[in-house]
Amino acid sequence: MALNNALLKEFDELLTHYPDKRSALIPALHRVQEENGGWISPELMEDLAKYLDLPPVEVFGVVTFYPMFRIRPRGKHLVNICHNISCDLRGAQDVVAKVCELTGAHPGGTSPDGRFTVATVECQGACTAAPMFELDGVFHENLDDERIEKILGAVR
Amino acid sequence: MSRPTYLLDRIRPDSHTLAAYQKSGGYEALRNALKSKTPTEVIDVVKASGLRGRGGAGFPTGMKWSFMPDPAKDKRPRYLAINADESEPGTCKDRVLMERDPHGVIEGVLLACYAMRASTAYIYVRGEYRESYNRLFEALREARAAGLVGRKIAGSEFSCDIWMHKGAGAYICGEETGLMESLEGKRGHPRPKPPFPAMFGLWGQPTTVNNVETVFNVPFILERGADWFRSMGTKASTGNLLVGISGHVNKPGVYEVPFGVSCKELVDGYAGGIWKGRKLKAWFPGGSSTGVLPGSAIDVPMEHDAIKNAGSMLGTAALIAMDDHACVVRAMEVVARFYDHESCGQCSQCREGTQWLSQIFHRIEIGRGRMEDVQMLEDLAKSMAPGKTICALSDAAAIPTLAIVKHFKDEIEEHVRLARCPFVDPAHAKRAGAFAHAH
Repeated sequence: MALNNALLKEFDELLTHYPDKRSALIPALHRVQEENGGWISPELMEDLAKYLDLPPVEVFGVVTFYPMFRIRPRGKHLVNICHNISCDLRGAQDVVAKVCELTGAHPGGTSPDGRFTVATVECQGACTAAPMFELDGVFHENLDDERIEKILGAVR
Repeated sequence: MSRPTYLLDRIRPDSHTLAAYQKSGGYEALRNALKSKTPTEVIDVVKASGLRGRGGAGFPTGMKWSFMPDPAKDKRPRYLAINADESEPGTCKDRVLMERDPHGVIEGVLLACYAMRASTAYIYVRGEYRESYNRLFEALREARAAGLVGRKIAGSEFSCDIWMHKGAGAYICGEETGLMESLEGKRGHPRPKPPFPAMFGLWGQPTTVNNVETVFNVPFILERGADWFRSMGTKASTGNLLVGISGHVNKPGVYEVPFGVSCKELVDGYAGGIWKGRKLKAWFPGGSSTGVLPGSAIDVPMEHDAIKNAGSMLGTAALIAMDDHACVVRAMEVVARFYDHESCGQCSQCREGTQWLSQIFHRIEIGRGRMEDVQMLEDLAKSMAPGKTICALSDAAAIPTLAIVKHFKDEIEEHVRLARCPFVDPAHAKRAGAFAHAH
């Protein structure tokens, strides 16, 4: 994939929000990642660098600084399991075990069938409904084994 | 409990819409201020109310606003950045406001911009808060269409643009200068201060950074007056605040209380007590960066000075409760790992120190600790804080470490003596991995 015209048109509008071009970088990276199936390739970084008049290494430096950006392809679905303090106190490790059991993925890895990538992440801000995970951008809270089975079972 | 409330009163299934917001008197504070108050008068009311920042530091908001340079002498563009990068472990209060009452946030932003004569604001929402982002984005669209955001707001001479900006998962971007760097499209490396943001902020221009809940209070203060606001809370910490209670309680949640309510009442009353009929062993008063206190110290008012006197900090008022089956070493292992993960790496005390803390707590927890580790934790933490680094992330890792060593030294030493964690249930560990605790 390269930066297509629709995306570039979106970015032209995005640039009007800021007094300089570089400030659009992080929101633009989010859109690139969304459109590219959840990761950002070196080619896309170069394209975006060119569009924003930045050296590609600056884009790479930003991409690798922020945990939400991925530089490798991932499974079709992404499960981010919070393992910070409030979730840990209410069984985040059990959630990790259950999700890995059901998907066949190890934490940080992708299931053999390529359907799921499972990651442990730091606090997602759902502390009062712990434990939780985020599946493809949607928060699922107050998890237990039964709920996890139901949620993952409904994924196509 | 018949305490006056206001922060969450508007929440209904449709309270995120402009129609519902206006029906409950929304944007009247803005219209009235634009008609009858000068920007300086708005700052004066906020100063008189005693409003303190709700993002963790508790700095007086009116005073912060008055640090912005005099527009007659300094003609540079000026900015407001809203810190919606809510990432302090245990904290999820701003999310409630953004998802359920986004127009209230927007009205607060507009009033803050009017007071500081800023014509552009950015709301920096953490990337994971998609629902918050979407709700605010849609609310902004509605407000723009209604002439409440943009040029000549509500028929006045005041113009103000508000833009949404998405973060990407870095805790350090909740630090105000890290946030500004991130907004400029860079890695979130905090800046040395001075220069302070009011003089040299976003793109080198005068900038103020405010927390979501802070500006959310402003329309209420302008509508109901500084005296009304001061009638709630304590003398030094006025108004109500949102308290998040998480961990081992029966009813975790975000609750609205006046400053000064006893933490005992928060846990036993609001949060329904400790779960499973157990006892409170330890608690963080305001997120993982604040020093852990023992359960015996729970009867302390939730208020800046009282919590400070008890040896901790109010922080984001995110109370994390641990029952007497919980392991404080395990808790601190998790917290130290978090700071290690989130250190931006600029300052060696923090970059190396957080990693060392994480490794030492880990080895104690898995039964490979040494007796001298206790002293090492203390020495290390003291070499990381206070004020030894560009920002306070290093302090945020050192403070809970020192608190654990102070209040739970016996428990750390017990781990070393037994060469295992006394709280791990072997049967449970088999399923959930070596570090898992039954709960």
